[in-house]
Amino acid sequence: MNPQEISALLTEKFSAKVLASKQDAVNPWSEVEASSLLEICRFLREDSRLRMDHLELLGGVDYADHMEVVYILYSMEHRHRYTVRCRLPREAPAVKSVESVWAIANWHEREAYDMFGIGFEGHSDLRRILCPDDWEGYPLRKDYVFPKSYWDMPV
Amino acid sequence: MEATYSGDIMTLNMGPQHPSTHGVLRLELKTDGEIVADAIPHIGYLHRCFEKHAENVDYAGVVPFVDRLDYCAAMNMELGYVLAVEKLMGIEVNNRVRCIRIIMAELGRIASHLIAAGTYGNDIGSFTPFLWCFRDREKILDLFEETCGARLLYNYNWIGGLMYDIKPDFAAKVLEFVDYFEPQVENLNKLLSDNYIFVRRTASVGILPPEVAINYGVTGPNLRGSGVRFDVRKDEPYFGYEDFDFEVVVGKGDCGPVGSCWDRYMVRIREVKESCKIIRQAVAKLTPGDVHESIPKRIKPPPGEVYMRTECPRGELGYYIVSDGSTKPYRLKVKSPCFTAMSAFREISRGAMIADIIAILGSFDIVLGEIDR
Repeated sequence: MNPQEISALLTEKFSAKVLASKQDAVNPWSEVEASSLLEICRFLREDSRLRMDHLELLGGVDYADHMEVVYILYSMEHRHRYTVRCRLPREAPAVKSVESVWAIANWHEREAYDMFGIGFEGHSDLRRILCPDDWEGYPLRKDYVFPKSYWDMPV
Repeated sequence: MEATYSGDIMTLNMGPQHPSTHGVLRLELKTDGEIVADAIPHIGYLHRCFEKHAENVDYAGVVPFVDRLDYCAAMNMELGYVLAVEKLMGIEVNNRVRCIRIIMAELGRIASHLIAAGTYGNDIGSFTPFLWCFRDREKILDLFEETCGARLLYNYNWIGGLMYDIKPDFAAKVLEFVDYFEPQVENLNKLLSDNYIFVRRTASVGILPPEVAINYGVTGPNLRGSGVRFDVRKDEPYFGYEDFDFEVVVGKGDCGPVGSCWDRYMVRIREVKESCKIIRQAVAKLTPGDVHESIPKRIKPPPGEVYMRTECPRGELGYYIVSDGSTKPYRLKVKSPCFTAMSAFREISRGAMIADIIAILGSFDIVLGEIDR
């Protein structure tokens, strides 16, 4: 399926929950409502026309006024890819975990939590992965202030 | 693999300074006698916050940083990054740049696979293959050094071109190396791949079923070792790889079940030969040209996002770049192949013996610089 068809299928199935989409971008994407993200992801994975079984990338992006989580999906069977984005508020961003859909999401979500402080509801083991457990703040946020020291060690 | 557990579970700490963890990785092993009930990886000891650094330097300045992600295959790391920026900016490079980059990337792949095979033999207790592999890898590093002055971290691929053109005798030297190297692969097979002890240690442990591999996003030789015929160079060709004739190697389970440690190891050995084929073709396709021709005066991509993935020696390397139209990336996210492979480690190491943990870990060929970023 080409991106137009995937986008059309998503709009047909979830209508109002697909908030925006752009097909002429380098990577065509659809923005979906945070509350129905899990449902849409499950559809993308299970539907026989889509079969997006490979979660290539899951990452947060901090735009100054909102947060975003990006899911780049690929189908090993049909060899097509699509990008799903989800806009979150900057204060207490949270979205449902897709760990139950793709196992790799476990670590990717931990990384997004570690770097951006995005909460993933229903995650089995949401703790920091790259930074030490007692690290303060979320380094990849745009307003992050670097600490001068960590346990008396200059950073 | 199923196992029943009895008695007390003991926690055994492996790493972070353990020679077989290929860097600084800590494994928390829950052991029941000799059997591992659970192996929890703790990563992040090498975390340098590369993605934050990248937001604070301009696009060209990121290249030396990407070298330091996977320092065993820096050429391939650079290639993925410059292709992503070029895709965002719509830059096309000429045939000479393309051929040189492909030669460099494939030489980098051979060098990286030699480290993988050599250190894997070393992990299992066979020291000679390690020396043989590093001897041959030195020859590749010499070729890199002649071209760009560096042996490990090159900063050679620039956005839109290359740092320097190759020396006039470079192509002849590459062919000379390939002629020398191809028979060496057979020698390595005789010494290590078909070695009875090595096969017994690796061919029936660490079975990674294909559906588990895909679910955990495992890519590259680790995925192909499970019998999945998928290679980005072939299935989603980038940068003209569709013009080259080579085979995608998959694990066949010659010595045990498909997807074993031996299969993953053997995919790399067989892939090296395919890389030699690509190098010969790329040398034949070399045409004169200016390698600085397409380097832009100012690197200022239009606002937008790009995701570009390439097949690096350890799997699919993806760069997700968000541009806000300025000279610095607004956000740069790396999809690291070792990170995803490492996340599958816990799943397949349950029920293994402690000694097999070393075999399983080595067969994934991880580089911690890239996992921790």
